[in-house]
Amino acid sequence: SCFTNQKAFTDHYLLLHISLSLSFSSAFLLFLVPNKSKRFRFFPLKFALQRARKIGMAEEETELSEEQRKEIAKWFLLNAPAGEIQYVAKDLKSVLNDDDVYNEAVSEAFPVYNKSHMICLEMPGRFGDVLVTSYGELQDNEYLDPKTAQVAIVDHVKQVCTEVRPATDEELPSPYIEEYRCALDIEMSKYVGEAYPKGFCSVYCTNGKDVEGPGSDFELVVVISAARLSPQNFCNGSWRSIWNIEFKDDIQILELKGKLQQVGAHYFEEGNVQLDARHECKDSTLFQSPDDSAVSIATIIRHHETEYLASLEASYLNLPDTTFKGSSQETSSYSNLIPMA
Amino acid sequence: MEAAMGLMRRMPPRHSETALSALLSLLPQHSSDLLSQVDLPLQVLCDVDNGKEFILCEYNRDADSYRSPWSNKYHPPLEDGPYPSSELRKLEIEANDIFAIYRDQYYEGGISSVYMWEDDNEGFVACFLIKKDGSKTGHGRRGCLEEGAWDAIHVIEVGPEEEGTTRYCLTSTVMLSLTTDDESSGTFSLSGSLRRQMNMNLSVADGHLCNMGKMIEEMEGKLRNSLDQVYFGKTREMVCTLRPPAEVAQMRLPDS
Repeated sequence: SCFTNQKAFTDHYLLLHISLSLSFSSAFLLFLVPNKSKRFRFFPLKFALQRARKIGMAEEETELSEEQRKEIAKWFLLNAPAGEIQYVAKDLKSVLNDDDVYNEAVSEAFPVYNKSHMICLEMPGRFGDVLVTSYGELQDNEYLDPKTAQVAIVDHVKQVCTEVRPATDEELPSPYIEEYRCALDIEMSKYVGEAYPKGFCSVYCTNGKDVEGPGSDFELVVVISAARLSPQNFCNGSWRSIWNIEFKDDIQILELKGKLQQVGAHYFEEGNVQLDARHECKDSTLFQSPDDSAVSIATIIRHHETEYLASLEASYLNLPDTTFKGSSQETSSYSNLIPMA
Repeated sequence: MEAAMGLMRRMPPRHSETALSALLSLLPQHSSDLLSQVDLPLQVLCDVDNGKEFILCEYNRDADSYRSPWSNKYHPPLEDGPYPSSELRKLEIEANDIFAIYRDQYYEGGISSVYMWEDDNEGFVACFLIKKDGSKTGHGRRGCLEEGAWDAIHVIEVGPEEEGTTRYCLTSTVMLSLTTDDESSGTFSLSGSLRRQMNMNLSVADGHLCNMGKMIEEMEGKLRNSLDQVYFGKTREMVCTLRPPAEVAQMRLPDS
């Protein structure tokens, strides 16, 4: 029988690699793949040959257009985990093997990625940091920092701020709006400084920035971005909160809508895991003076975010039980199952 | 290929099928390598002869057909597909029966399949697969997961017998994805994969199935512990570092 053969058995495995060129002429290469860190796949010779024959008989595939390759490339870039787009870009360049397509994909994808991840960049000249967000975007690569009233010019692909200029009056909100915006910015910065070790926040006016005084509605948005990037430890995570606040003048109410999202990725020698958690919430409060409104809003935000974190903790505690069966003491060990069968 | 595997590793696990298709279209010359090195969530087909489901993978596939471990027939039918020898087929049948019991005990449901084939080194290779849908609508008896999928692939290379012992090399991959969705905590989704290897020299006295089964049982236990530590432990640590729970917030955390 096949189990009692005496033939010597070595530790080296041969993986037959069948490489098919687009014209479907078969070439055979032999690989040695005993590498412990790479997962080894064994594929028997006769199966491989049959597959090669059958694949060879399949219809010829149409080659992808440059536009299609570019879209595929962009997909990979946009789906890179927090803090990893540069690594993805490097691998992608190798896989694409076409610098023109690569450069186009990169120039289109990086701005979208940077804005959706709300990356935080350092401004030259000791102005502090600026967030790259759609709310602060003045032009393709110009981002307003409302705190310092500076405009950062950004190189999206290199993910750096190359220069800074003062914002013009047209780019800034009216003094009336700025009172509200500034008071809220100060309160939020206090909160973020306490709650997020590596967090940064900005407050923008997204509607009604030229409103001169009471009698009109306007809208502010609070953006919190915190990232813990540890690529050397193969562990990256980010938290983003976006709070839209509608100041409704006629009914003297503020309506808040929050979107909280955190993502994380961890790689280790034997695998990987990614987290994606999102939550939306709503609240409202009275339309008061700039300082009082700011305190009110910050309190609400702090409350909701703390509550969300607490319920995530509870989820973590519940997950192992809901996913896995409890201890295996009550189950039979495998060797007892054979007589049963 | 290294760059391609790097990309696969970083893409969100729930998009791994899309990522693999994208790579196959960018690198058609590496399709064989990619298909055999990248694991995707397992698919199933229903055996027309007896209504039982079986799992699809590269090891029971030929061209576009898959061999059922229950009836030993290819779906859709093939004229000249490869089959294990009758001796090996007997072992395969027994393995499927036992593994189904194992699966039901540990997983309280799910689908399992075992495929075997002779290799050219006078031994054979066995592939044990498990697919469990633990969601509310799936086989979950604990159900409160919106989505919960556990896919396990164990490939064991069995060497020829030498002086009463045989060498077994096990390569295991588990792909896990969980999603919960509720009012207070929103949507929460974890997904990823874990891979390990284990080699053992065991006496043939107890038989191959017993040896292979024990290895898989031990391996799955280790994988489950790793998952606990990594999935829940590590990601929770990540979240807490970004935004420490209220009590900790007073202290400044050291920079990493």
